Amino acid sequence: MLLKLSDVQLRFAGNTVLHDVNFGVAESALTSLIGPNGAGKTSLFNCITGFYKPQGGSVVFDGHELLRLKPHRVTKLGIARTFQNLRLFREMTVLENVMAGMHCRTHAGAFAAVFRTPGQRREEAEIRAEAEDCLRFVGILDEKDRIATTLAYGHQRRVEIARALATRPKLMLLDEPAAGLNSGEKDELIGLIRRIRDERGVAVLLIEHDMGLVMKVSERITVLDHGRLIAEGTADEVRRDPKVIEAYLGQEEGEAAL
Amino acid sequence: MADDAASRRRRDPAPSRPNTGVAQLLAVFDDPRKFWLAIAVVLVAVAVAPLLFGQYATVILTNALLYVVLCLGLNIVVGYAGLLDLGYAAFFAVGAYAVAILGQQTALGFWAAIPFALVAAAAAGVIIGGPTLRLRSDYLAIVTLGFGEIVRFSARNLEITGAASGISGIEQPSLFGWHIDSPTEFYYVFALLSVFAVIASVRLANSRLGRAWLYVRHDEDAAEAMGIDRVRVKLAAYVIGSIYGAIGGIFFAVNLGAISPESFSFEQSVLILMAVILGGMGKIPGVILGAFIIVLGPELLRDLGELRLLVFAVGLLLIMLFRPSGIWPSRKS
Ligand SMILES: Nc1ncnc2c1ncn2[C@@H]1O[C@H](COP(=O)(O)OP(=O)(O)OP(=O)(O)O)[C@@H](O)[C@H]1O
Ligand SMILES: [Mg+2]
Repeated sequence: MLLKLSDVQLRFAGNTVLHDVNFGVAESALTSLIGPNGAGKTSLFNCITGFYKPQGGSVVFDGHELLRLKPHRVTKLGIARTFQNLRLFREMTVLENVMAGMHCRTHAGAFAAVFRTPGQRREEAEIRAEAEDCLRFVGILDEKDRIATTLAYGHQRRVEIARALATRPKLMLLDEPAAGLNSGEKDELIGLIRRIRDERGVAVLLIEHDMGLVMKVSERITVLDHGRLIAEGTADEVRRDPKVIEAYLGQEEGEAAL
Repeated sequence: MADDAASRRRRDPAPSRPNTGVAQLLAVFDDPRKFWLAIAVVLVAVAVAPLLFGQYATVILTNALLYVVLCLGLNIVVGYAGLLDLGYAAFFAVGAYAVAILGQQTALGFWAAIPFALVAAAAAGVIIGGPTLRLRSDYLAIVTLGFGEIVRFSARNLEITGAASGISGIEQPSLFGWHIDSPTEFYYVFALLSVFAVIASVRLANSRLGRAWLYVRHDEDAAEAMGIDRVRVKLAAYVIGSIYGAIGGIFFAVNLGAISPESFSFEQSVLILMAVILGGMGKIPGVILGAFIIVLGPELLRDLGELRLLVFAVGLLLIMLFRPSGIWPSRKS
């Protein structure tokens, strides 16, 4: 297992958001995490990436315990994420946004910058090349010099994915990447997610409400409800699971999808 | 924190900025030939200014150039990293007092004393910044304000700093047999320092660290998610700012030959901050302009006598009101 969560418990002021969650992601796997609104999916991402500090349990990634690490340390170990609400750097170009991802893979400091050392210049070229490569990969290289937040919504989503890719992750966490996309854009997203895994060997863990997309793209699906894992399996297994059907009962989007 | 489940609205693309007259004027700088021509004109103007104007003007212009260095340093802290520092004059003081004391108490000589002064300022930056940069930025403003006052208070009460009367008889430096002592010579020293300060600022802005400051300033969580250690990056800005301040202080001390605690007052910190905000935080040409306005403004209004500071203050207020993000226009459209 690339990522393994054991008995992860998260509480906010007496409100338990995650109850002893046990969960894993295999190397180079395409896994989805689904569940009704407020189930705790984003909170689980935040526990993995160090934004939330769970009260109990352990999160082991690639042989490292993550539970006490700051978010930037987690990223450096090889987990990249996108945010449920777009979090692009405003007033900066697409390219500059994506260059952010390379920060944790490079080293030049103030001294090197002021004196333009050969190593620093080589590194700057490398950062730019990698960022352009990631933009080419997600298909928006020709928009690299535009201010990121002026792009069409679907393309802003791709900037976020390119930025996450630029951290050279082993595991990528995507929080509702299809939200707000039209059906054509969703099909392109499915292709992109598959290529991230197939061409880059990156494992993907996906939170998504669009069941059609989830069923198409995932090899395994995990279902979270009220902070508890209630089902785990292939798309067909999960679809037929009575507990899953019950959890989604009364939820329009779930009903329509299942 | 990281995500707010409640707000899952799309963020509308930002409307593009209207093309103002100033922005069109600025388009000149997009042509590299015109850009370098403008730089050349400014450099020539700086070089010939002492020959054109008298001794008095040269002294004032030297002060403006000192402010350029200080403002560019504070600009890294406030403009690039977005940290509010209300006690920046403290670093200016550390640099000035360090060379003055080392000159008096040791046989190091001016040039050998510089590294010690810089290390002292950087250490002060780490001591103040280290614990506070983890906190929210409003705390930083309060802590830096306190730090500025503590430094001045210590300078006024310690024996080694000459208490209230300060330190005088600071020796002017020599470089390869050239004794730097006339106001005109010091003018050129500060002109050179300003040029170095600009080059360093430009290079920092276009570097991995410079971008990291912007990322952290725009969105701390997203920056952390990109693997950026926000505390470390802010500390770097703070320490670099303190080194700029110390360099200004070092040459200020040898230029005047005497320093006293009142040169490093809270008003000094406020004036530097005002120049940065006035010119436009994070914009190097704007900050330079701000430094000149703050120093030359009251001088040019000298004829108004008593009223000049009032007129100057009202003028600043009006500029702030109509151009809240500084005089210098934003380049990106
Ligand atoms: N920082 C926080 N402070 C207090 N409560 C929180 C915090 N973050 C999440 N919660 C609570 O945890 C629960 C799960 O929220 P979370 O955002 O993880 O759900 P989700 O499964 O991602 O839902 P959605 O599908 O709507 O995005 C909610 O009840 C939420 O109010
Ligand atoms: Mg969520």
